Amino acid sequence: MSRIERFLPRRHLTPVSPNTMPAQDNAPVSLGIDEAPAIAVEDLCKKYRSHWAVDDVNFNVPKGWTVGLLGGNGAGKTTTIAMIMGLVVPSFGRAIVLGHDMATERHKVLSRMNFESPYVALPGRLTVRQNLTVFGRLYGVANLKARIEELIEDFELGDVLDRVTGRLSAGQKTRVAVAKALINDPDVLLLDEPTASLDPDRAEWVRSRLRAYQKRRGATILLSSHNMTEVEQLCDFVVIMSRGRVVAMGRPGELAERFKCRDLDEVFIYLARVA
Amino acid sequence: MPAARVDAMTQSLNRIAAMTARYYYILRSSWLRLLEIIYWPAMQMLVWGFLYTYLYQSKSAMASTAGLLLGAVLLWDVLFRGQLGFTFTFLEEIWSRNLANLMMSPLQPFELAASLMLMSLIRLVIGTLPVTLLTLLLFGFNVYAMGPGVIAFFFNLVLTSWAIGLVVAGLVIRQGLGAESLAYSIMIVLLPLCCVYYPVEALPAWLHPVAWSLTPTYVFEGMRAVLLDGTFRTDLMIEGLALNAVYLGLGFATFVALLQSARHKGGLLTMGE
Repeated sequence: MSRIERFLPRRHLTPVSPNTMPAQDNAPVSLGIDEAPAIAVEDLCKKYRSHWAVDDVNFNVPKGWTVGLLGGNGAGKTTTIAMIMGLVVPSFGRAIVLGHDMATERHKVLSRMNFESPYVALPGRLTVRQNLTVFGRLYGVANLKARIEELIEDFELGDVLDRVTGRLSAGQKTRVAVAKALINDPDVLLLDEPTASLDPDRAEWVRSRLRAYQKRRGATILLSSHNMTEVEQLCDFVVIMSRGRVVAMGRPGELAERFKCRDLDEVFIYLARVA
Repeated sequence: MPAARVDAMTQSLNRIAAMTARYYYILRSSWLRLLEIIYWPAMQMLVWGFLYTYLYQSKSAMASTAGLLLGAVLLWDVLFRGQLGFTFTFLEEIWSRNLANLMMSPLQPFELAASLMLMSLIRLVIGTLPVTLLTLLLFGFNVYAMGPGVIAFFFNLVLTSWAIGLVVAGLVIRQGLGAESLAYSIMIVLLPLCCVYYPVEALPAWLHPVAWSLTPTYVFEGMRAVLLDGTFRTDLMIEGLALNAVYLGLGFATFVALLQSARHKGGLLTMGE
């Protein structure tokens, strides 16, 4: 068994509580939490023609946790997230969110979820206010005006509120997109590289807002990112993918220790080269 | 009715209203867009209107059919612009890379379809109403002189345009922007078969069943009955309406099936990239 294979827990894994000791190197991560996970990914596979984009992926995200989904380009992160969102139907396996299979019952849970992705944009010809209003109404947000006011304050959108979204800077667009992702106070938030287009200062600012939201709402966040500092700061647990498979998972510090690396950056590079 | 059901219906109507507002915001954001909606029908009407005037004044055998020509052009435009309004409004979501945002929201496919239909109707009214008045003003052809039948013609054609629009939107979701050109071209297939400018009898006998399977045929035959015989053929309108109900149902089922197929194929998240 290779060094990597030893860290390939195979079935229905839930990370242990951050307060417990990490699992042994050669043992699957044990169930440490009784409550049903917010997100359960079971034997998830996606095949495009002859290519397995996602191949037998298993992990759980407990309620109230922030979990990072890492991997190089083409590792299968976006396809995994798309299956968790129900935008892509798995070839095999299931993605369950708040107890509902996203392939067949997604309409029951969509009002409690939201997401942000660089692949998706808000309508560029609408103003920020119009976009927030439209999405607030789509999500059936009660007291929408008050909620928009909160978001304007939280994300400092006052000066761009009546500007056309398509003409904002990349950083401003990201702030608006994250504000849209929080408009319905989601229980489950999926973020695909949320700070990719931001300078370090703004990126830290957005991270602080996400941390504040997570703390206030007790929301579950699944985050995909290439920024290891971000992952170390935000995530309780990390799942690393390569070529469609999970090659490692654990707490950020624990992974560095396990792979005898200084930090998550080194773990990422090591796994990208070996896996 | 149970309170939960009333609540679900209210939320559903709210989502349709939100989407319609979204499309209305786009429309009012640019006067050029508004102008474009009127521009093409107006230009087309000018060309055919001058031909109508020429034929009418020529005292030839064609003179008596000049009104038919103009009526057909106006009604064909309702069908064509109705479908374009539906499909182009949908394409806005693809062009702006917003489809995944909508698919991830609680918006149901029928709510999206309903908002597209409403917007198609709004665009149609903006585009055709001034043109019908222009026709009356410039060429003295009053389409409303056909009486209340005009409303039946209009709605039958609009229903057909929505059914086709649903299929085109579904194909764009399934195949991506490669299917975009269908938005412009698909209606042309109907043009020779649904007998816009000539009666069904003008077609070879083997094409008659095909023509009668197309709902616009009922409208154009009905229009000719009004203009040539002065009679409104209720039977044709009811048959057309019944057929339209079937086609609209099939159109929506196709839209949902293609959406589902796109979820299997993948690519909804990156649609428009």
